[in-house]
Amino acid sequence: MVDELLFFMEVVVGGLLAGTMYSLVALGFVLIFKASATFNFSQGAMVFFSVLAFCGFMQDFNIPFVLAFILAALLMVVVGLCTERLVLRPLMNASEDTVLMATIGLGYVLEGLAQAAWGVEVRRLDLGIGDFPVPWIADNLKLFISALDIFAGLVAALMIIGLFLLFKYTKIGLGLRAVADDAGAASSIGIPLKHIMLLVWSAAGVVALVAGCMWGARAGVQFALVDLALKALPVLIIGGFSSIPGAIVGGLIIGATEKVLEVYIGPFFGGAIEGWAPYVLAIFFLLYRPEGLFGEKIIRRV
Amino acid sequence: MKPVFMTYTKKDLINLAVCMVLSVLVIPTFIKTEYWYTSILIPWLCLALATIGQQVVMGYTGQLALGAAGFMAAGAFAMFNLILRVPDLGFVGSLIVSGLIAAAFGILFGLPSLKVRGIYLMVATLASQFFIIWMIDKFGWFKNYDSSGIITAQDIVILGKPFTTPLAMYFVCLAVTTVLTLLAMNMARGSTGRNWMAVRDMDIAAESMGVSLLRTKVQAFAISAFYCGVAGALFAFCYLKSLEPVAFDIKLSFKILFMCILGGLGTINGAFIGAAFILLFPVLLNAIGNNVFHGAIDATIISSIEQVIFGGLMIIFMIYEPLGMAKLWENLKQKFRSKLTSSNLKNLKSPLSKKS
Repeated sequence: MVDELLFFMEVVVGGLLAGTMYSLVALGFVLIFKASATFNFSQGAMVFFSVLAFCGFMQDFNIPFVLAFILAALLMVVVGLCTERLVLRPLMNASEDTVLMATIGLGYVLEGLAQAAWGVEVRRLDLGIGDFPVPWIADNLKLFISALDIFAGLVAALMIIGLFLLFKYTKIGLGLRAVADDAGAASSIGIPLKHIMLLVWSAAGVVALVAGCMWGARAGVQFALVDLALKALPVLIIGGFSSIPGAIVGGLIIGATEKVLEVYIGPFFGGAIEGWAPYVLAIFFLLYRPEGLFGEKIIRRV
Repeated sequence: MKPVFMTYTKKDLINLAVCMVLSVLVIPTFIKTEYWYTSILIPWLCLALATIGQQVVMGYTGQLALGAAGFMAAGAFAMFNLILRVPDLGFVGSLIVSGLIAAAFGILFGLPSLKVRGIYLMVATLASQFFIIWMIDKFGWFKNYDSSGIITAQDIVILGKPFTTPLAMYFVCLAVTTVLTLLAMNMARGSTGRNWMAVRDMDIAAESMGVSLLRTKVQAFAISAFYCGVAGALFAFCYLKSLEPVAFDIKLSFKILFMCILGGLGTINGAFIGAAFILLFPVLLNAIGNNVFHGAIDATIISSIEQVIFGGLMIIFMIYEPLGMAKLWENLKQKFRSKLTSSNLKNLKSPLSKKS
């Protein structure tokens, strides 16, 4: 009985920590959605693009870890700049669906560029933190929890706190919230829309880089990261598209549910139900609470 | 223009005649190499059919859906099982029933569209994509307990006659595509299509005008999935000649989405233009790579460049011509026509710009 309970705990904790990895990807979506009500479908591609560039800098040019990270982050700022100038500004007055489709196109461009520049083979990324159970926890609590999972959880927590403070207490954050509320009104009182957009896209790019590092260290830096990032979508639906805490809670819920379902129900169906379970979970959420747990209520006017 | 026959105008009938002559007489007499049939014409027809399905739900009804390949897989595997287990149905019967099975999935996964729209709906339809592929993959019955993972598709036999040569298969695809395209045009122009478009343009207003949202949306999803299912069955039996769930992954769904958007949302001919473009462009790019650069550029780089170009085109079209290539073609014709008729039309402004 105790063993079963321990095993259940292990599954749940492992799921929760794995969920923070989804949260990290979802965070990038939320940042952009909050500031521009744009759904950035290319976030997954940005994850892939940034971490592949990071690996490329380190492995092909032998640039040290920290410098390579800074370079990759700068690269994401450039990507943000180009996106703002070439994609978003011309689509300023377009409908939401049009912008969404344009970001699907942007995702294709980023994926293609990354593969053209750095090749298609799977790269290994070593963060110096192993993906194996922490001995101390294994001995004392009898839970087998991966060090990488714990690290990802810590990084996610740090980023959340940082972003929360940024949004809440800085002038930039105030500007961001103003733009999110009403872009037209914000620009008419002198908030530089261009800079805000650039800032948000760059921040989302850096978040993508961090998420990419976590995923890359676990699963290898490869194209499949783009598909993994799709799982951030159900996370967003559960948490709400415009809420940073929502992204975290959504990620935790998806991570834990997915693992529990996989371990306890999966074997009856031949396994691998985590491929679709999050989406079905998201559908049920959509039926009862379309705005998500923390989202603002969607009001549509005729 | 006044309809001459059913809802078709004289222009439509001429277009149809030209297309038929081209596809039935001209292509078979002039194209002899098998490559053209097996790698270009057959997949073009199949994917264009699937794109029409995507058009119905996305272009006409305005629902953002991203699960075409899932429904194609449902159709393809339904076809395999029907021919295997119910041989009396025959090829055409099985094709129709497998379309209907796909339509049932379409209804099931289209239901969320009643509550949500936009990106939310896209996630709901992604569930169908992943669920259907997983279901086929995990339950051996669908694959007749074949352990190799790839099943060979049965030969096509219609009324006791085998259709196994590329040319014969081309005609099978052509016949099915023609019938379904005409049907789609009919629906799009009739009250069904008008309801779809009313929902697309403003669903709440449409509802208050007496258009049932439930009926219209579910109908659109069912018809869309039917088209995708039939297209998937043809795709597996005429083009791939094998069945494996991996062939219908999310990438194919994105491909069909691209065909639909680049071709032109809300147009039937856009489906054919878009499918032709997405299929032929990589061929062209490879040819350039082989002949101009003599293979100096790696094949993986070429496919990456292709991806960049598709993505870039998507952005460019969204910015400059959200209605896609079909609209470009229309504009070109318009320009040509106005040049031909007379120059005194030049000074006339379009009725839209007169608004004061």
